[in-house]
Formats: sequence, C-alpha cells, structure tokens
Amino acid sequence: MAVFAMPSLGADMESGKLVEWMVKPGDAVKRGDVVAVVETQKGAIEIECFEEGMVESLEAELGETLAVGAPLATIRGKGEAPAEAAPPPPKEEKPEPEAKPEPAPGPAAKAPPPAKAPPPAPPKPPAHVPGEAPPASPAARALAAERGIDLSGITGTGPGGAIVLADVEAPSGAAPAAAKAEAPPKAKPGLDLDQMRVAIANAMARSKREIPHYYLTQTVDLQKATDWLAARNADRPPEERVLMGALFVKASALAAAKVPEMNGQYGADGFEPSKGVHAGVAVALRGGGLIAPAIHDAEGITLEDLMAAMKDLVARARTGRLRSSEMTDGTITVSSMGETGAEAMTAVIYPPQVSIVAFGAPVERPWIVDGKIAPRAVVTVTLSADHRVSDGRRGAKFLAEIDRLLQEPEAL
Amino acid sequence: MTDAEIRKAFIEELTKVAPDIAPSDVGPDDHLQDDLEIDSMDFLNLVEALHKRLGVNVPETDYPQIATLNLAAKYLAARLG
Repeated sequence: MAVFAMPSLGADMESGKLVEWMVKPGDAVKRGDVVAVVETQKGAIEIECFEEGMVESLEAELGETLAVGAPLATIRGKGEAPAEAAPPPPKEEKPEPEAKPEPAPGPAAKAPPPAKAPPPAPPKPPAHVPGEAPPASPAARALAAERGIDLSGITGTGPGGAIVLADVEAPSGAAPAAAKAEAPPKAKPGLDLDQMRVAIANAMARSKREIPHYYLTQTVDLQKATDWLAARNADRPPEERVLMGALFVKASALAAAKVPEMNGQYGADGFEPSKGVHAGVAVALRGGGLIAPAIHDAEGITLEDLMAAMKDLVARARTGRLRSSEMTDGTITVSSMGETGAEAMTAVIYPPQVSIVAFGAPVERPWIVDGKIAPRAVVTVTLSADHRVSDGRRGAKFLAEIDRLLQEPEAL
Repeated sequence: MTDAEIRKAFIEELTKVAPDIAPSDVGPDDHLQDDLEIDSMDFLNLVEALHKRLGVNVPETDYPQIATLNLAAKYLAARLG
C-alpha cells in the first residue's frame, strides 16, 4: 500500500485545500493521472498520481485544508494483494484527463519527466458517444444524482471534457455551458490574487535570501529570427502561427541542455542537474501575479509542438487548471517581456531552480553588420544564475549558445 | 454584418480569450495590449477566434489595425464588405 500525500507544489507551500476528487475507491490509477484538485495560493492545481495501482481508500474530506505531507488516499500497488477482490472500475466512470504523457518507469520518489510535453488541451470537449455515460468526477456525479440532473445533458469543462463539480453546480435549469459562455468568470477559478502575492513574496524573498545570484547580459541580433518568423507566418492561418516567445523558449532549452549547470534544482543535497529541460514559462496574470508552469523536455520537441504546449499552458493558467508536475518539475524559467515593454529585465530565480533567463522586448537599433551600421531588431537577454552552482564563464557560454541558436532560426 | 454585430462578436471573442476581462471593461479606444494587458499569446488567440467566427484571416502585418475595438470594427467591416 502506498499513501498518496498532499504534495508540495511550490517553494513555500504549506497546505492546500482539497476541493475535488477525480477518483473513487476501486478506480485504477497510473502515474500522471489526475486524482484530485487542490486549491493553493497559486490557484486550483490538478494533483497527479505518482503511483500505479488501485485506489484503496480516500483519506481526506472535500473542503479540508491539509498540510503538505498529509495523507490524501491509500493506493494499492500493482500486484499487491487486495483486501478483497474489488470489481474493475467501469470504464466510463473514470475521468479521462487529456492525453497524458507516458512517464518512464523509475525508482525515484518523484515521477521522472515524461518524454514529451503534453499536447494542448482540445479547444472543445470531445464529442460524447451517445448511449455512454459521459466522463465525470465522483463529486459531480454525486451532486448530479442528488439534484436529479442527467449528466449527458452537461458539457464538461474538466480534463478531456470530463464533467466536474462546477459544471453541475451551475444554476438549475440553465445549460451550464451556455451560462458559462454568457457570464465568463472574472478571474481564474479558485485564485485569490492577494494569496498569490503572498506566495510570490515568500518565494522571491527566499530566493534573494538563499541564492547568491549573478547576472549576465547579452544583446542578440534578432533580425534573422524576426524575418524568418514573419515569412513563416505570412502564408499560414492564425492557428499555425508561431510567436517569437516560442523561439526564445526553444533556444533557451537547447542552450540549457548544453550547459547543465543552468538546468536542474538545488535541493537539500545540493545541485541536482536534470537530464531533460523542463522549461518554466512565466505567464503574467492580469490584475497581478505570475505563474511559471513547466513544459517538460522542451529541448526535444518541435517548435510547432512547443508553441501548442505554450498556448495550452497560458490558456490553463488563465482559465483552467495547471497540473502538479507542471508546478514542481521546472528546471529553468524563461521570462519574456513580449512585444512591447522594457528593453531588458533582470529576473529573480524561482527556487529550487538555479537559473532564469529573461528576454526584454525586441527593439530596432543601429547595429554593425559587415562593418557597416544598419538598423536591426535586437533583444537583450539577461541570465540570472546561482553562484553556488556555476560561475560567469558558464553563464556566458549559455548566453552565447542562445545567441548562436537565434541566428539559425530555421534549425530551432 | 452591421457595425454593432461586428463589435459584439469582437468583444465576445476577446472576453473568451481573456475571461478575466468583462465586456464593460473594453473601451472603444482601449489598446488591447497596452491598456487591457492582452499579451501576444492572447492576441494570437483572438486573431484565431476571429478567423473562425468571421472567416477573416488577419495577417500579422495588419495586427496594428485591430489594436482597439474602434480600429478593429472598421478593419473587419472592410474585410467582410
């Protein structure tokens, strides 16, 4: 038996409030399955399972605020003798999170990163096969039964179109999906911006207290990348366009793979380099707040897939839910000012990571090209790195690599 | 489509892309990125949504022409015309 406990979802998370179960006793679970939703200072987060087996019992009540490490559920491992033979869970009752990455097996307590970033969430819940009960969370089912609501008439907004509690809680009589479209929520559900500010304050104060930062800046000629991207996007519909931000993330991830001192986490035993580059993408929330969920193995996916993953992350950061592994697995963060704003940004490392690379807004400047002054698009790239792990020379190599990669955008 | 219908569609798609913005927050001359803090990803999602809903493919070079509600209403009317 394994105890599935409240995970730590950030440097300073102490507790979380259990708001929804996505499984029930008897359900089969595997690594990466979303088993519960927990409200934290950074909003509602989908908690993934790191065990494989069957849910033996749920140990926590909905609405409970639980400390990190508190038991949430007991999971019977594969091959372990059951207390009694439990019937296999009916297929349709299992909530189906969106296509999950297949995590590689490994003994580590923490799930190893999946081989690929998850594909973007489908823009609309998948069409439901008539005659089959739609996927729904147990809490949603319970409430629907209590109110005599037919689940097949509800459009799910959960992972993979699963019906979640909020879908059932919509005013009776009104079609939840329609009601939602007319009156979209003002802010991310379950998000308290004051609480998020506290979380950011704690994490950043800890970073500045514990991490001896050093900073390096390089101005990179961005004209080739700008021209290449404009030409690439010109004859493509909006759905297939790629943003400069995706080039920045890809170049940073490839550079981090070459300079391992930038890529990993600093734990109790010192620096642990990471094999894959799990690039945290800083997403600014309107009204204040910042969240940096990670794209797993960003160095190995195509630019198009990376763009899709970024779109998905931003959408879920704004309106939906992020997953626990996205909150905790980051090994480097990439922060981009976007198209307008300040020319340069010096960022604070997000612990336990050891580096953050910040791109200012690209600007046009006089530049020397082949011995002559010419107007060029340039971007200022600033690395903040942990001096416990690396020195300036390594940091400079990392920035030089980003520069080199951005001169060959077609190879990204 | 009438001007009012185009504006309604634009605001609906904008507030879907950015659900934390209420329709009443969108002033006719508010700059989407500078005033409403729409980022480049949100903006692309809006362009995508307009393409789907209205069938108007706004090329990147025309992005400045849909930077505010007033500008977008004029631009989209011409493209739909």
